[in-house]
Amino acid sequence: MLKDVTIGQYFPGNTIIHRLDPRTKLILVIVYIAALFTAREWLSYGLMLAVTCAIVAVSRISPRTLTRGMKPLVFIICFTGVLNLFYTTGGTTLLDWWIFHVTTDGVKRAVMMVVRILMLISGTFLLTYTTSPMALTDGLEMLLNPLKKIRVPIHEMSMMMSMALRFIPTLIEETDKIMSAQRARGADFETGRLMERAKALLPLLVPLFVSAFRRADELAVAMESRCYHGGEGRTRMKQLRMARRDYLALFSGAALLAVVIVMNVYGL
Amino acid sequence: MESIIRTEKLTHVYSRGTPFEKTAIHDVNVEIYRGELVAVIGHTGSGKSTFMQHLNGLLRPDEGGVYVEGEDIFATKEATRDVRFKVGLVFQYPEYQLFEETVYKDIAFGPRNMRLSEAEIDERVRESARLTGVGEELFERSPLELSGGQKRRVAIAGVMAMRPRVLILDEPTAGLDPAGCAGVLKNITDYREATGSTVLLVTHSMDDAARIADRLIVFHEGTIAMDGMPEEVFSRQRELVDMGLDVPQSAAIADALRARGVQLPSSIYTSRRLREAVVALAKGVAPC
Repeated sequence: MLKDVTIGQYFPGNTIIHRLDPRTKLILVIVYIAALFTAREWLSYGLMLAVTCAIVAVSRISPRTLTRGMKPLVFIICFTGVLNLFYTTGGTTLLDWWIFHVTTDGVKRAVMMVVRILMLISGTFLLTYTTSPMALTDGLEMLLNPLKKIRVPIHEMSMMMSMALRFIPTLIEETDKIMSAQRARGADFETGRLMERAKALLPLLVPLFVSAFRRADELAVAMESRCYHGGEGRTRMKQLRMARRDYLALFSGAALLAVVIVMNVYGL
Repeated sequence: MESIIRTEKLTHVYSRGTPFEKTAIHDVNVEIYRGELVAVIGHTGSGKSTFMQHLNGLLRPDEGGVYVEGEDIFATKEATRDVRFKVGLVFQYPEYQLFEETVYKDIAFGPRNMRLSEAEIDERVRESARLTGVGEELFERSPLELSGGQKRRVAIAGVMAMRPRVLILDEPTAGLDPAGCAGVLKNITDYREATGSTVLLVTHSMDDAARIADRLIVFHEGTIAMDGMPEEVFSRQRELVDMGLDVPQSAAIADALRARGVQLPSSIYTSRRLREAVVALAKGVAPC
């Protein structure tokens, strides 16, 4: 149950995708999304699909893992598809019955929208599946570094983010443990009406909050006793360094975006 | 002897079908008899905690089954729920599950879930508080402001109040000082004497196991490596050490003395037995 959540999970590996610098991957995801929204016709969509499949293959993330992560989003995807199917006008009419009008343009839009969302999700999932949370926040901090000039507390924000990410698995584990302990005392989390169920959560939430505050306190003491005093002059154990493969990857990303833009101009 | 819990080919795999797949326990067949005090030993990751959580239906086995008093506990939803009251499980660091406003209410949580009458609940709360040495003056205090040892006792009392026929405790003495350890172990033996119930104690302290258990089950890499009387198990010191476990200090001392040529009887694994043996020996060779 709780342990099956795969959104945002990291699957360690040693493929070229895993080894890319997190900054490169973050930029590439932005470029990828931009290209995805520029693509308008079958040919450019096909190109994007091929690129996506190639990246999935190289990263050795099993397609099953990818589709399992998408499960919670099935509703939104279907909803978008259906909406586009019925509310697009233009092209020849295929079906005209009661309030339903399906046109060739509608079918095309629906298919494209669904494919676009699927690729969007795959791209962002690939980022979190192949990059450890720590690397991701480090990369983000360095990318946003210029904002420090206008006094945006980038370091503090990324520190908070990495701590939050760090404690998600811990809290999930803790929730699991407390739930089991209260179940062993006969607590029932699954049945009953809404009010009963809300009340049944009390034996779970109280210990969870107590331990979260205790942990926060302990973490603060541990950080202070190791002389943490903000990002000023702090050095890193893992220095991020751009390698040749990063420049190569960035160049390929730029090339992909350029090709898709050209295709868009020529209506392909 | 009458069997109370039986497992058949119990197997559990965590995160099946992902890169994190791990077989926690594999093909565990064991029978626990009514009234026994069994210590389950094994080092971290040996599968002992996973095994325990199957016995009251918190975890579902991937293969095999668990039978409590002859009934398959996973047969129906009701059976799985009922077994929680028959087999009481005290988790590791149980003080972290305290949540009620007062100690009294917290101990009463389990019995209340059993839908007992108020009078019955009151009687059970008082009885289990007495057995665990939780004074009635603490009843109206918040459990969160007690000391660590007191919290542990309150949490254990909360499970005992359900009067389970089998009481399972996962590392009940972890993180307590020697006096606290002795106190908790005494609470457990007192409970067993007062109610005649079966007790399973998960521990990695060989000294605790030697002190109170009638039978030892040793887990290693998800299977049962040894199962027998304490003297049988502790006589296999070499194997225990190979599994990353040790023997009780008294057994180790007796062994070291034997290695130096001191004639000691076998099966010494508690400090009392060791003392008696050494005293007997000293009397025998008194005129030196």
